[in-house]
Amino acid sequence: MSGTVEKVSIIISKGSLEGIYPGLIMANGARAEGIEADLFFTFFGLDAIHRSRHEHIKMATVGNPGLHLATMLGGLPGMPSVMTHYMDHKLAKLDIPSIPEFIEMIADTGAGLYGCKASVELFGMTKDDFIPQVKDIITVGEFYALAGGGQIIFT
Amino acid sequence: MTTVTYANTELLVDPEGFLADPSQWSEAIAAAIAAEVGIPELSDRQWEVVRFMRQEFQSKGEAPNVRALAKSSGVPIKELYQLFPKGPAKLAARIAGVPKPRGCI
Repeated sequence: MSGTVEKVSIIISKGSLEGIYPGLIMANGARAEGIEADLFFTFFGLDAIHRSRHEHIKMATVGNPGLHLATMLGGLPGMPSVMTHYMDHKLAKLDIPSIPEFIEMIADTGAGLYGCKASVELFGMTKDDFIPQVKDIITVGEFYALAGGGQIIFT
Repeated sequence: MTTVTYANTELLVDPEGFLADPSQWSEAIAAAIAAEVGIPELSDRQWEVVRFMRQEFQSKGEAPNVRALAKSSGVPIKELYQLFPKGPAKLAARIAGVPKPRGCI
């Protein structure tokens, strides 16, 4: 092995189930390896740390070719809920925590959770809209300062 | 695999420093590995986690990841990271002389 990763800053920019989990898994996995990690939530990714929304994250059933489901079917009312329920069941079987539990767990590992100031303003939110584990709402400049000396991963 | 000496015993370890043969482990070896990873003296609570990790490996055949370790030992994740800031499951397993926990969560 040549070289090691000492620190990562992971950006979560999407608000779908499949858009949020990979970043969470990478952050948690980094901490488990003793790598310093911070999570930065921007745009629809903010839903992952939103008090009332993070329990209702859905899988995208339209515009998601990987699902191998006809777009017309994916667009039927209730389809996102049904498919999300199915996926939640599969995740639980593998002992992968739900998004709210996962985020709380990642905060417990010592990783920092941050919201993007521009997106928070864009959506007319305030810090009170987010779960208490969120350390701060920061600007992109502050994010880069935090990310200094590490790798940045955009998801 | 390389050979290292812990507590006057020559041992084979993998590239990450995990003992090749868990049965060669002793508490003196654990203390020597801990010192190498930056813990000069294991606290009672750290010993508790290390011994628990060893028990889990012996009963289940594999070392638990952080989430499973917290669930089964009753030591919360937050405290596990305070005890072993450089990765609780990974470090406790290495000190306990058992293979590195695998799995993505």
